[in-house]
Amino acid sequence: MRAPLNAAALDALKIVIVGGFGVGKTTMVGSVSEIRPLSTEEVMTQASVGIDDASRVRGKTTTTVAFDFGRITVNEDTVLYLFGAPGQERFWFVWDQLFAGSLGAVVLVDTRRVEDSWYSIDRLEHHRTPFVVAVNRFSDGPSLDAVRDSLELSPEVPLVECDARERPSSKHVLITLVKHLARMTDDPGESEL
Amino acid sequence: MTRRSVDQESPDRLYTVTGGRTRADEHAFDSVSLIVSECEPTPGMQSEHVRILRMARQPTAVVEISAELRLPVSVVKILLRDLLDTGRITVRHPSAALQAGRPDPEILKQVLSALNDL
Repeated sequence: MRAPLNAAALDALKIVIVGGFGVGKTTMVGSVSEIRPLSTEEVMTQASVGIDDASRVRGKTTTTVAFDFGRITVNEDTVLYLFGAPGQERFWFVWDQLFAGSLGAVVLVDTRRVEDSWYSIDRLEHHRTPFVVAVNRFSDGPSLDAVRDSLELSPEVPLVECDARERPSSKHVLITLVKHLARMTDDPGESEL
Repeated sequence: MTRRSVDQESPDRLYTVTGGRTRADEHAFDSVSLIVSECEPTPGMQSEHVRILRMARQPTAVVEISAELRLPVSVVKILLRDLLDTGRITVRHPSAALQAGRPDPEILKQVLSALNDL
């Protein structure tokens, strides 16, 4: 059963939760979303390949990525969409198609596979998308300081722990991101990576 | 995420749905542009167009249409282009995607307040 938006809805915002397979992106989206998370797909368009060679693979879709999303009402006329997106390499080909204009991103990290996040962090920096890093705690693991070191995070990037299953915890991660965005807006110099 | 990937989707179906076109104007729609119907479906209209017009009686984001129709976002944009060109829908573009700059501090304040209220 679909839950339509308010008839006065005028504007939509985006926040993207990026992480490897099984790290809890969908769980995090679901824990804060007002609707049951929906899933869909995007295909890479030729324009986003950036090379003429794509025209040779006629009729063949070269890249397909699945993603899911939920939403939170901000006010009468504004809605916030939360996207769960896989951090794998091919996904970044469709980043601009789907997530241009995002407010920011959450990189969700599983400390057993920290290396999965390196690529995502690199790409977010490349796209100049502000982000925070959240460690989804599955079990005891390295300290946040150790995670910060292994991800080579700049000191100004917030790093928090969370339990993506719990609404208060996921909410805290999103609040951390929005406060980070607000600080960057106050102090434009800080966002220059 | 159990349904079939479009990798395995019959290419014939996607070809038929879009009349063979593979590109929409990339900039006409954002993934969260809100679509609003400006008319009721008419007899003989393509079934996907009918479904879009029914869904968009209330403002509906492009990604929600994509999820409901089980079609990739870029295919949905091609379908929406037809409806836009014939005046059957209007589009409410996301403000953030239009400005290359930073988010409006006032918007951030409101998002923060909505999150706190969750």
